[in-house]
Amino acid sequence: MIEQHISTYREEAGELLAELETSLLELEECPEDADLIGRVFRAMHTIKGSGAMFGFDEIAAFTHEVETVFDLVRNGKLAVTKQLLNLTLRARDTIKALLDSSLSGEEVDRVEAEAIISGLKQLIPPVESESPPHAEQTFFDPVETGSRQQTWRIRFKPHPEIFLCGGNPSALLAELRELGTSHVVAHMDAIPLLGDLNPEHCHIYWDIILTTTRGIDAIKDVFIFVEDDCELRIDLVDDGGQIDVSEGYKKLGDILVERGDLSPAEMQKILGLQKRFGELAVAAGAVTPDKVQSALVEQRHVKNIRQERVAQESGSSVRVPAEKLDLLVNLVGEMVTVQAHLTQTAAQLKLPMVVSIAEEVERLTNELRDTALNIRMLPIGTTFTKFKRLVRDLSQELGKEIEMETEGAETELDKTVIEKLNDPLVHLIRNSIDHGIEMPDTRLAAGKPAQGTVRLAAVHSGDSVLLTIRDDGAGLDREAIRSKAVERGLMAANADLTDREIYNMIFAPGFSTAAKVTSVSGRGVGMDVVKKAIESLRGTIDIASVRGEGSTITLRIPLTLAIIECLLVRIGRDFFLMPLSIVEECVELSREDVRNSHGRNLANVRGAIVPYVPLRAHFGIVDNRPEIEQIVITRINGNKIGFVVDSVVGEHQTVIKSLGRMYRDVKGISGATILGDGTVALILDMGLLLRAAAQERGKE
Amino acid sequence: MAKVIMTADDSASVRQMVSFTLKQNGYDVVEAVDGQDALTKLSSQKVDMLITDLNMPNMDGLGLIRGVRAGTLNKFIPIIMLTTESQDAKKGEGKAAGATGWIVKPFKPEQLIAVVRKVLG
Repeated sequence: MIEQHISTYREEAGELLAELETSLLELEECPEDADLIGRVFRAMHTIKGSGAMFGFDEIAAFTHEVETVFDLVRNGKLAVTKQLLNLTLRARDTIKALLDSSLSGEEVDRVEAEAIISGLKQLIPPVESESPPHAEQTFFDPVETGSRQQTWRIRFKPHPEIFLCGGNPSALLAELRELGTSHVVAHMDAIPLLGDLNPEHCHIYWDIILTTTRGIDAIKDVFIFVEDDCELRIDLVDDGGQIDVSEGYKKLGDILVERGDLSPAEMQKILGLQKRFGELAVAAGAVTPDKVQSALVEQRHVKNIRQERVAQESGSSVRVPAEKLDLLVNLVGEMVTVQAHLTQTAAQLKLPMVVSIAEEVERLTNELRDTALNIRMLPIGTTFTKFKRLVRDLSQELGKEIEMETEGAETELDKTVIEKLNDPLVHLIRNSIDHGIEMPDTRLAAGKPAQGTVRLAAVHSGDSVLLTIRDDGAGLDREAIRSKAVERGLMAANADLTDREIYNMIFAPGFSTAAKVTSVSGRGVGMDVVKKAIESLRGTIDIASVRGEGSTITLRIPLTLAIIECLLVRIGRDFFLMPLSIVEECVELSREDVRNSHGRNLANVRGAIVPYVPLRAHFGIVDNRPEIEQIVITRINGNKIGFVVDSVVGEHQTVIKSLGRMYRDVKGISGATILGDGTVALILDMGLLLRAAAQERGKE
Repeated sequence: MAKVIMTADDSASVRQMVSFTLKQNGYDVVEAVDGQDALTKLSSQKVDMLITDLNMPNMDGLGLIRGVRAGTLNKFIPIIMLTTESQDAKKGEGKAAGATGWIVKPFKPEQLIAVVRKVLG
């Protein structure tokens, strides 16, 4: 658009320069012609003024010098001489050259320009040196003066003829109101009787009590056009600092005196009478009811503001080092373990009194645990801003127009989880930008707006948080992924897979369908890393996509890493824990059932066939196999899988203790915990366990 | 209904830019090429606001402002004058003639809109 204005300016300047030339030549004939002088001045003025607006700064600066001289001529302070006309004509040629060079890029003769300017300056009588240009007014970008809330008292008494200048007091008041919390009181005591009233004049004036963080400059800017003609007083009545709570705000009389509505002597006199001050002051005729009303409003306003602040300050946050919180959470973890021990012991002792104490301790411990974990929660929004920047930078680099929307920034997650989520999220957003959103012209051709949208949303769902990254780009290419997967041997060429299963192929290591590798993504390193990172947080990742409409990636992340709800099971004499979130149900498995399935490890659960993994065999536990075993049926990656154990003990609050480095390579174990009686139970990583079992089976 | 704003300027490029910016922000625009043209148009057409240059042939901005304030139809409309930084004295003259406010040239479209919103309320 701006190009259009610029070319209009070029044409216009060209015309003006032609006109300037004619006028100057005519002026040579009749040097006294005021009309001609005016025309020359205006031509210069327009070239300068418009030039500055459309980026021709050099032209503007140069023309300014010539204009200054002609302003003097116009005001009769300088005569038109041959020398002046010569210089001006040369100046005209230089402006033309400047204008042309902006198009052709040709160099302009700066020496000539300098010579003209110094020549013109010699013509100016020395007294007429210019007053320094006015400092830029900071009218348009009111700067926040920190977050400090200050309360101001503003008395605004417009000039009676404000309407005749097109002013609108109510618009000004509305503008003030936008700055913060305000109370406005109108004073009507200056309104004359009907007979004397000029309806075109403004007789009302206002007191405004305004609480704002924007500072006095923002307030002054509101009145920028009227401040010279109106009565305007702006006083700071509360600077937002520390408050001595016992003191309260100023007395009504003091406010009136401070405002100059009442003299101190009058106040003393009235105070001597000792009744309610406001009534007394009015009754004594010293002030009008409006003024008292206004002062009362100020009193109330500031009181409220201060009360709020005290409440905020006392309830405000305390900064604590993260290690202290970690220590607290660890202690709570130990506490939960001891509590479990207590509950178990109480149950064994069968003493009603001890049982009831144990129950009480259990309730308190649970609350303590929730509170302690809650302290480590942070709103995820802090990372969102970082992603906005990422989207902005990347889309510029790739030449795409992309807008980032976020939702649920206030959703809270454990601090460590948020930190670990950062890299996977960056990767997923990069993918959306690079592979998802198309180039603007491609989008327009597909009937979509040129600007693409990446939407990052967070929402609570039970004991986890759902994070979705949605783009309105091209979506995944089902066939491309399929053929790539077949090529890489990830699936059989004739396998009949659901869309979801195919889309999930992109999480395989080294998988990429991108035709070319960009600096952003496409090397096929990544999605598997993302998946691993999410799984290490005990989360899940899922992808949905519609070709041509975009893709949605959903991450389900548990709220915390420290404590999880588990199902405690026993095999032989060992205890194991399975995360309760994936457990669906438990069914019995008798020896007979096993015999009936002819060694295929399939169970019939209400008519549905469910494959199972006999953990006893997997862990190599041989002793005392019970007659009836239990299958814990879980849902992993959308599939029902059973795990056979000896017996199910029950639910267990599990404080996760990481295993030492020695055990890092043990597949299928994610940690350990200490049970109530002091024995150690291993926490199973069901996903990895399943994969290991499947591999074993494959070998056989 | 969209508010109507008149732009009076002898510079076609400024007029175009002002007009374009205003239209983009949902205002209707009437253009005038100088003070005389503007005053003639304003005598028969009601507008909500006037943005005028100060230096124009035939009738300058000050004359135009006085003329509008002396009329009836558009007597109370806000009038914004476009001045350059060297014309500080002009600001005072403009105010005395009845201008509501001013914009210092050069200005950006956002600044123009900020002032329009400010005086139109």
